[in-house]
Amino acid sequence: MTARVLKPEEYYIENEPYYESIGDEIEVFEAAYRQKLPVLLKGPTGCGKTRFMEHIAWRLQKPLITVSCHDDLTASDLVGRYLVKGGETTWVDGPLASAVRAGGICYLDEIVEARKDTMVVIHPLADDRRVLPVEKLGELLEAPDEFCLAISYNPGYQSVLKDLKQSTRQRFVALEFDYPGAELETNIIVKETGINHELASKLVKFAHMTRNLKGSGLEEGASTRLLVHAAKLITDDVSPVTACHCAIAQALTDDTEMLVAINELSSSLF
Amino acid sequence: MAARPPLTALEIEQQLDSLLDVEFSFLKTAAPAAILAGLERQEQDYIITWVQRVASTNIQLAYQFITHAVDALDSMDKRIIEAWALHAMDTYDQTGLYKALEVIRTVRNFVQLSHERNAGAVFEEQVGVLGHFAHGLSGRKLKLAEAEITYTDTETIYLPPLLAHLPTPDQNFLLYKALVALLWAQTRFGTFRIKLSDQLQQQPEPENFLALFQSLETLRLEACLERELPGLFRDMQTLKTSLAQNNLPAAYQSLAKRLAQADTTAEDVLQLTCEQFGKLQPLPPLCYQPSLQIEEVEACMAKRIEMEKIRVRVNLAKILEEMQKENRAFEQQEHKFDIKKIPDPTTPDGFQIELTLDDQPIAPPEEVKVLSNSIIQDLGDIPDEYLVPAGEGEYDPRVFEDKQQDPDDVWTGTYHEEGAFLYKEWDYRRQHYRKNWCAVREVNITPVYDDFVDSTLHKYSGLVKHLRKTFEAMRDEDRLLKRQVYGDGVDIDALVEALADAHDGSEMSDRLFTRMHRVERNIAVVFMVDMSGSTKGWINEAERESLVLLSETLETLGDRYAIYGFSGLARKRCEIYRIKEFDEPYNEEIKARISGIQPKDYTRMGFAVRHLSHILNEVEARTRILITLSDGKPDDYDSYRGDYGIEDTRRALLEARREGIHPYCITIDREARDYLPHMYGPAAYTVIDEVRQLPLKVSDIYRRLTT
Repeated sequence: MTARVLKPEEYYIENEPYYESIGDEIEVFEAAYRQKLPVLLKGPTGCGKTRFMEHIAWRLQKPLITVSCHDDLTASDLVGRYLVKGGETTWVDGPLASAVRAGGICYLDEIVEARKDTMVVIHPLADDRRVLPVEKLGELLEAPDEFCLAISYNPGYQSVLKDLKQSTRQRFVALEFDYPGAELETNIIVKETGINHELASKLVKFAHMTRNLKGSGLEEGASTRLLVHAAKLITDDVSPVTACHCAIAQALTDDTEMLVAINELSSSLF
Repeated sequence: MAARPPLTALEIEQQLDSLLDVEFSFLKTAAPAAILAGLERQEQDYIITWVQRVASTNIQLAYQFITHAVDALDSMDKRIIEAWALHAMDTYDQTGLYKALEVIRTVRNFVQLSHERNAGAVFEEQVGVLGHFAHGLSGRKLKLAEAEITYTDTETIYLPPLLAHLPTPDQNFLLYKALVALLWAQTRFGTFRIKLSDQLQQQPEPENFLALFQSLETLRLEACLERELPGLFRDMQTLKTSLAQNNLPAAYQSLAKRLAQADTTAEDVLQLTCEQFGKLQPLPPLCYQPSLQIEEVEACMAKRIEMEKIRVRVNLAKILEEMQKENRAFEQQEHKFDIKKIPDPTTPDGFQIELTLDDQPIAPPEEVKVLSNSIIQDLGDIPDEYLVPAGEGEYDPRVFEDKQQDPDDVWTGTYHEEGAFLYKEWDYRRQHYRKNWCAVREVNITPVYDDFVDSTLHKYSGLVKHLRKTFEAMRDEDRLLKRQVYGDGVDIDALVEALADAHDGSEMSDRLFTRMHRVERNIAVVFMVDMSGSTKGWINEAERESLVLLSETLETLGDRYAIYGFSGLARKRCEIYRIKEFDEPYNEEIKARISGIQPKDYTRMGFAVRHLSHILNEVEARTRILITLSDGKPDDYDSYRGDYGIEDTRRALLEARREGIHPYCITIDREARDYLPHMYGPAAYTVIDEVRQLPLKVSDIYRRLTT
């Protein structure tokens, strides 16, 4: 068994990723795509932003190039750089440049994590110019109609230091994501993992309990993703309380007192 | 080591006499000493240490402690004796000697049936977990507090300081948990939606009636918990079994089935109680059956209901106002808010509300959502009169806004703690905290607009220039790092060298790139300035000058900083003076405040460290520093002097350090070398011998600290 090797711009999603639409986000995204507008996805972690992007990439049948931003991400990391090969320098495109060339979807995940000077390189791409200046080559890359730029950020734990600048955010069509309603979330868990409906709805109830704790000791409540993890463990014969402890409580916090409290909540429920 | 011989009765008596000041208090220590003499040395020492700790609070209390402790020793675990003694001392702190003596005397109640059952759960140890547990359950956020009886006033859950009904600590913890859940269920499943006080007034035997109501209501709530928290319900069954409380009398069996139906309300229970009263005897209370304090509940609810109604109406008025701002035409028409119920099986009432304006759903603001949940919890519905937006000026905003009390007001009135931050204080003799001991208030400083700042800058103009230069060099900057393994550009020098190396056969370096590296200073610092009376004169001036120079340099540096003064006059009057808060820019106002720093009262330090650590912790920064400018050791009007003050300050600094704050002290007290290493640690202080040098040194020290 070997892993498939793909160039980022060849990464097409072949099978439909499961995505349950909450509102009209799919229609809005498709309209923005046709109108060549960039899109900003807002929402807490694990509520389905990335899954939504995969689903969109599948619907549009375009390659999806995802960049997870971090605080050392420089402009060259996105655009490209010269490398040395056998005594000569060769240019290598960064993921953003290759997405533009290939006419794919470039998804910059957690954009606020990137350095401030990095964020401005996407500005000319994100307004009606739709060009990517490649300074070191002295070139301008004009984006084809198929190209699409999407970024995501989590307004929940933004700090003063990591805010999205107005000049950046005002270039985007924004879609807000949140955890789905109880009924829908239960269905998502059932579909994703094949767990029975009763346990799934208990998991959702448990998630609501942890979300109640947001702000009084927890930074964030349990996300849908964590619920899916826990449900997967349960379907593999892990007891629900243990699954909640390992897949949810431990993932949420390191605080011992809080861990005990969350465990007490899950043992009360199952 | 050989076991030490036990002390004789005489020796013990002598020790106790000196601890209890017998010369003046005329207490009789012979009897307890005689009993103590029969114990192992280790146990003797243990008791005597505790007598000493209690005696530091009150001698009478200590005397009562020893007379009761000797009886309790064989029946109680040491952990419980400690909890009991600490609870007595806390009671003394809060309500005085009389109540504290009561706690000591009722030791038998303190641990009900304490024989064998010395494995209790202590509230203080469990409150963290239980608090989170209560928050996690849905609905209004409930606080936890300690009280002798278990009940809730619908906002706070009161729990006993210790539970020891069951053989193991785990089971007793479970009992706490069950109590919390049942009290939560009372507020969540509408026990208080009926007005019990009216009903009780009509009854000839209100107590029996209430007891029957509680027996039946508990059955209903148990069924609610079974549906809501089945895991806990199972645990509650085992609790009942182990206390042999699980046998429901036959007369109750069929009633229990009726009460277990999902749509049973407290109203039905009340009706049933009326029907059965006189025919049915109330059940003996279950282990986790809380008591009902009807008066407190109704007072608390009446206040909240009124307040929430105002808040909702004011919020609706705000929504309307915003709509009108956006759309002029809006003003002309009549508008009607409405509430629609949307079925939602996850809530206990089976529905959620949707707010509509002229039949158009609108997204309610977060506050309205919280309010309407709380209202539904109280009333089961949102009455129509809540949906009329408040008219202009209908309510005085002071009534409903969160009260930010003017700290000066508090002191013009009676002697109380309202509106103050309460902080604990470490009592080293007791080896424990005194809870909610210091009443701390933030006070504004009266700005003095004079030429102090300008003249200081003039006086030190040479130094200021120098400081600016040195500090500018420390600022955030991008540095181009050469010869990196990975980077944005090619380092041509390195490449040429590497190629040359390759040509004559040596190994070629892979460090061929340049990279921009951002040096980020992410520092937040609080300056804690001693404003005690002893700083009067030179020291005060030196402090103010130092602050001016510091502010100038920190402005060039761009570090976030705040300046607070502190001073205290006994524990109830601890004051923090706001000189510059983190989000305030350095401007004329701040300069005038620095100029307005005046010597006040005494040097109580622990509360200042605790309060400022708290402020510092709310700021996002990689490095947090707390710098104290002081002129002497901690000292206050009441007992806060000598070791007590030093130990409390040390404890507060330890707490700060545990939270990731770096404390540092700059002092001009020459004797400081005796106590500062103990308080701040060996490398976290500077003693300045000459007052006049303070302004010159402070910026320099800051530079050293942060590079």
